[in-house]
Amino acid sequence: MADSHTFDAKGHNPDTDGSLPPEGSELEAHLQSKHMVINMGPSHPATHGTVRLKVELDGETIVKIDPEIGFLHRGFQKSCENVTWTQCLPYTDRLNYLSAMMNNFGFLNAVEKLIGLEIPERAQYIRVIGSELHRLTDHLTCVGATGLEMGGFAPFLYGMEARELIQDRVTELTGARLTTSFGRVGGINRDLPEGWADKVHKTLTRTEELLVEMDGLLTRNRIFVDRTKNTGVISAEDAIDYGWTGPALRACGIDHDLRKAHPYWVYERFNFSVAVGEHGDNYDRYLVRMEEMRQSISIIRQALETIPAGPIIVDDWRIALPPKPEVYGTIEGVMAHFKLVMEGIQVPPGECYDATEASNGELGWYLVSDGRGRPYKVHVRAPGFPVLAAVPHIIEGKMLADLIPTFDTINMIGGEVEQ
Amino acid sequence: MTPPFWAPYKAADSSPSVIGSPLSTFALDRVSAHFPEAVVERYVDRAGGAWAVIHPDSLPKVAAFLKDDAELEFKLFGSIDGVDRLHLAENDPRFEVVYFLYSLKRHEHVRLKVRVSEHQPVIPSLVPVYRGANWWERLTFDFYGIRFEGHPDLRRILLYDEFQGHPLRKDYALRDRQPLIPERPIKDIFRGPGTSGHS
Repeated sequence: MADSHTFDAKGHNPDTDGSLPPEGSELEAHLQSKHMVINMGPSHPATHGTVRLKVELDGETIVKIDPEIGFLHRGFQKSCENVTWTQCLPYTDRLNYLSAMMNNFGFLNAVEKLIGLEIPERAQYIRVIGSELHRLTDHLTCVGATGLEMGGFAPFLYGMEARELIQDRVTELTGARLTTSFGRVGGINRDLPEGWADKVHKTLTRTEELLVEMDGLLTRNRIFVDRTKNTGVISAEDAIDYGWTGPALRACGIDHDLRKAHPYWVYERFNFSVAVGEHGDNYDRYLVRMEEMRQSISIIRQALETIPAGPIIVDDWRIALPPKPEVYGTIEGVMAHFKLVMEGIQVPPGECYDATEASNGELGWYLVSDGRGRPYKVHVRAPGFPVLAAVPHIIEGKMLADLIPTFDTINMIGGEVEQ
Repeated sequence: MTPPFWAPYKAADSSPSVIGSPLSTFALDRVSAHFPEAVVERYVDRAGGAWAVIHPDSLPKVAAFLKDDAELEFKLFGSIDGVDRLHLAENDPRFEVVYFLYSLKRHEHVRLKVRVSEHQPVIPSLVPVYRGANWWERLTFDFYGIRFEGHPDLRRILLYDEFQGHPLRKDYALRDRQPLIPERPIKDIFRGPGTSGHS
């Protein structure tokens, strides 16, 4: 702004002395140009969850942004260290409350790896079906909310209709809409309800129709494309350096999906492809999520067709609760039940790191057991944490309006980031 | 109830198909070959994961080697966390800091560990090597009080600045209470609302 003063400093005044001012200077009115600090959140509608963004603005350009997190901190790790392994399960629901089953199964998978336990095939299929159902609800919410905050209410409603249909199926399967606490160490605690597969097929067909509607409303929508294309751009190198995973990393053109790279459960039996973007901007992240939903629908259909009959939990009373007739009818059953409930699963001492592909990326667990029936250490690598950490890098120097779609498409979930 | 349920679960009971495939130790073998003095200990955990305990001073150069070596390329940053070994059988030095990195080229994780005592809980920061280390180091500092030397902005991340102690240390009681802190003055716009400073 120093240049705009030269006109005044030289003493020219075109109104009185008739001299021509230096070229172009009439339009350069002297404006106050102090940086302004504004505060988004912690309970701003556009910050899903509770994150406070302290934004320093020069006009509408973001000079500096400092995300402040921790408003949803619940002491996840400390809580887990003081309960049995099975009792950790409800805490894992609340990490990513949009896709609770993925957290449940990811945690159980890590515990089983620490024990060295192989779970029955049918349980692995049910885990795949549950995970993919919740991947759908997570992405539907993310895409719907992105549309909503770009000014389109209809795609949000279509997304919510599909999401509620899936939540109904999840309720029939697990007994809860959001906080499922489903699965147990060694398998699954309840089998698929009768006639459930047909209902899921109907739900998936309706979800596909609604996805077409959302796609029609958003993908070629001028306002939506203008707001999301070339905004929130991150290069593949930077994304990797920050530790991005999941759809956000794949939108940068990196073909990395743990379901393909390290197939767990029975993922290698299904025919699906990994959606990969190109530019690493908001629009590509949106497209990757849309394609992943179609792939998830395909995986669920294949799994429902090929799911084998058989046990759903291991037959080992040191790990899984005995069947109820045994508990009520035999002394061994009562004793095993009592020991499991009171003392918990006696996971042998040791440590392991294990990761699954959750809806937003690599959900990693580092578990340490001291052999006393309680976790000694539960480290969770929440996929949203590194993604949020990179927001200052991608948004500084850009417009304030770009912050909203960026925050939508990275899909930061307060529960997992703030533990 | 195939096995007797009253006997404790032993590592030997593990299913061979889960345990039988140890993960690659290629990356750590290369680290050992290049920096023999940096590697304090090597072992494989029961789930097949290979670990290397690194001397704290050598951590940045080992990480830079893992990241830049053409055959390794562990560029995808995983996570960092601490372990307070106070109640474990082997607990000297007291703290362990674990590092997880991933190679998109080799499709595998690498697991590193650094041990520090509670009297001198200082580790060189990895932020110059991986920008992703920034928030994870803040998290570890917040929960365990381990300081990362060279970190550009080492402050608490999930808890508030006035929090006393480090809650994931094993000697921090589960239901410990924190003192009430005075409200912050409203004039300080960076710190949020509160009573006005002049009242």
